[in-house]
Amino acid sequence: MTVQVVTGNQAAGHALSLAAEANRTARGAACGIYPITPQTEIVEYVAKFPFSKGRVVPVESEHSAMAVSIGASLSGARAFTASSANGLAYMAENVMVAGFYRLPIVMVAVNRTLGPPWNIWADQGDTLMLRDFPWLQFYCETNQEVLDTTLLAFRLAEDARILLPALTCMDAFIVSHTQTETSMPEQDQVDRYLPDLRLPHRMHYDEARTVGGLAWPHEGLSMRLEIDEAMKRTPAVYEACRQAFIDIFGRDPGDTIQPYETDDAETVVVATGTMATTAREVVRKRREAGRKVGLVKLKLFRPFPEERLRDACGSANRIAVLDRNYAAGAGGVFWQDTRAAFQGRRDDLLIQNYLAGLCGGDVTPAVIETILDDLETREAAGEPVWMGIESGEEVTQ
Amino acid sequence: MNATAECLLRPGNTNCGGCGMSTGLTMLGRALADAGDSCTLVIPACCGIVTAGAYPTTSYGVPTIASTFASSPAVASGVATIRDLNDEPGQVVCWAGDGGTYDIGLATLSAAAERNENIIYICYDNEIYGNTGGQRSSATPAGAKTSTTPSGKREGKKDVMSIMAAHRIPYAATLSVAHPGDFARKIAAALSMSGMRFLLMHSPCPTGWKSEPADSIELVRIAVKSGLFPVYEVFDGVSYRINVEPDGTDPAAYYDRQRRFGAGEIDLDATRRECAERMARLRVLAERFSTD
Repeated sequence: MTVQVVTGNQAAGHALSLAAEANRTARGAACGIYPITPQTEIVEYVAKFPFSKGRVVPVESEHSAMAVSIGASLSGARAFTASSANGLAYMAENVMVAGFYRLPIVMVAVNRTLGPPWNIWADQGDTLMLRDFPWLQFYCETNQEVLDTTLLAFRLAEDARILLPALTCMDAFIVSHTQTETSMPEQDQVDRYLPDLRLPHRMHYDEARTVGGLAWPHEGLSMRLEIDEAMKRTPAVYEACRQAFIDIFGRDPGDTIQPYETDDAETVVVATGTMATTAREVVRKRREAGRKVGLVKLKLFRPFPEERLRDACGSANRIAVLDRNYAAGAGGVFWQDTRAAFQGRRDDLLIQNYLAGLCGGDVTPAVIETILDDLETREAAGEPVWMGIESGEEVTQ
Repeated sequence: MNATAECLLRPGNTNCGGCGMSTGLTMLGRALADAGDSCTLVIPACCGIVTAGAYPTTSYGVPTIASTFASSPAVASGVATIRDLNDEPGQVVCWAGDGGTYDIGLATLSAAAERNENIIYICYDNEIYGNTGGQRSSATPAGAKTSTTPSGKREGKKDVMSIMAAHRIPYAATLSVAHPGDFARKIAAALSMSGMRFLLMHSPCPTGWKSEPADSIELVRIAVKSGLFPVYEVFDGVSYRINVEPDGTDPAAYYDRQRRFGAGEIDLDATRRECAERMARLRVLAERFSTD
């Protein structure tokens, strides 16, 4: 393990490449790749990796990138890809298929604003658009977390109790293009962490079986129920994968939900990705000033860690949910799920949504201070508050 | 259960009487079995995947993967990649309709051809979106009435063979179920090569063509004999060979026996001219750029 100064994209490319190479002792690895800003550096990284039993297929679209990975995964190989924004939208049909086929494909997504208008900066609306597909979703904060979570995602996705694809997300540019010191694992460590993939339902050339044909309602229902059961098993299996990661790499890839100073907090900020980094610093300063404020960073979004979130907010009476995304006509996505998690259980809780950093806007400490000031003086929750309109001032609908 | 191409399309499937696709599947299976070969089928949305029947049963005697509509060549690229990385036997065959080939999947097919993926792509071309009940595709010939061209299609049929040949793939050929010997020989030829092999099969569809099921083979025979559907092959995109020369059969018989064409609505003189020109052009290519 060496510490190198790399971008988030390079960290992701390294994790994908080493994970794929680790399956050389089994059926190998393959992926379809297609460039899109700001993830291009990831597919460039894997394209130049000298795989001993793998092939990178440079296709003509994101839709086909996922299709190649589906074909490889159905054949029992380790498969992966990366994409972003409109690329994910174009890929969406096959993203869904990978989930319904229960294929442990790992995809790294760089969260970028969906267009039009043209915008390459951070916004989570792209991956959250895929939220109802059978994929695990992780939102990462640092280059190290991207690397670690991507490796962990393979082990988790391939676990016989799960068998679901996984998405590792990072904020455009803030993570994808920012160089930081990152511990880069060696191949032999990844080999130990990721056992040979033995996909139980893979296709065999000599076995007459059809996958993906017609299924009657009761069969389809059973398959959906199995997905739900796998989703429910995810937190426990994640924890096992996390402990194994610590054993081999000597580093904690992080819990699915990461509370900070929440034990006696009356006010809690719920945030994801790099907004959590900024919020943590604001919370630390407010704590120094004696304010009872805390932070909950959501790392796992699908399945949504409802119970853990409720526990982490046990002492709170006010919650600010920060959303770097906007579901048209329905506010922020994390807010919707947070509200649902408390529905009928903590009706005393004031849960206010703040749409912050949309379309690549900066979420500075001042923005979070403004949010906390607003939250602490509120008598009741209202409509989602749009941050960043007119040079940082909030606009209430 | 062990796969066998010997019975690639199993009895008990629910396909229509007179379905050319079913005949083609049977011929493909026999040709594979004769060569001691087998295949994995990758089938996009089309009648071919409905043919499989309902989970967990299947009408296919070989492993079969359903892909999304536009994706069969890309999924097959992944399957063939892992087969080759593991030195496994068997072909990876895309079995797709004209909608999946000429229309929604054309970019995917073009890209797989350009990469020269090690797959066989067979388009069973029934000139219509059959699975959705009969809408126009870009393979529908001029004059044909479909549910989305109720007065008859104005545009002619796309020449997908020329498009595929232009990719300079190792092998591109047309198949007719009225010429089983030629069909079998071409499958065998495809099996003897690697890289992208594209086969276009004229596939009679009584339901879509509004023709009698018993006429299916005869109709595609007329198409070959009149020059409506030339039977030929192209090697590496440059060398041409005509396999069945038209014998002067009048294309009128083709139109008269399908109710998708309105009586008296087809300009037969123009059609005869087109047939003659189509064959003349191919003869020039076959003579100037022969396979000898």
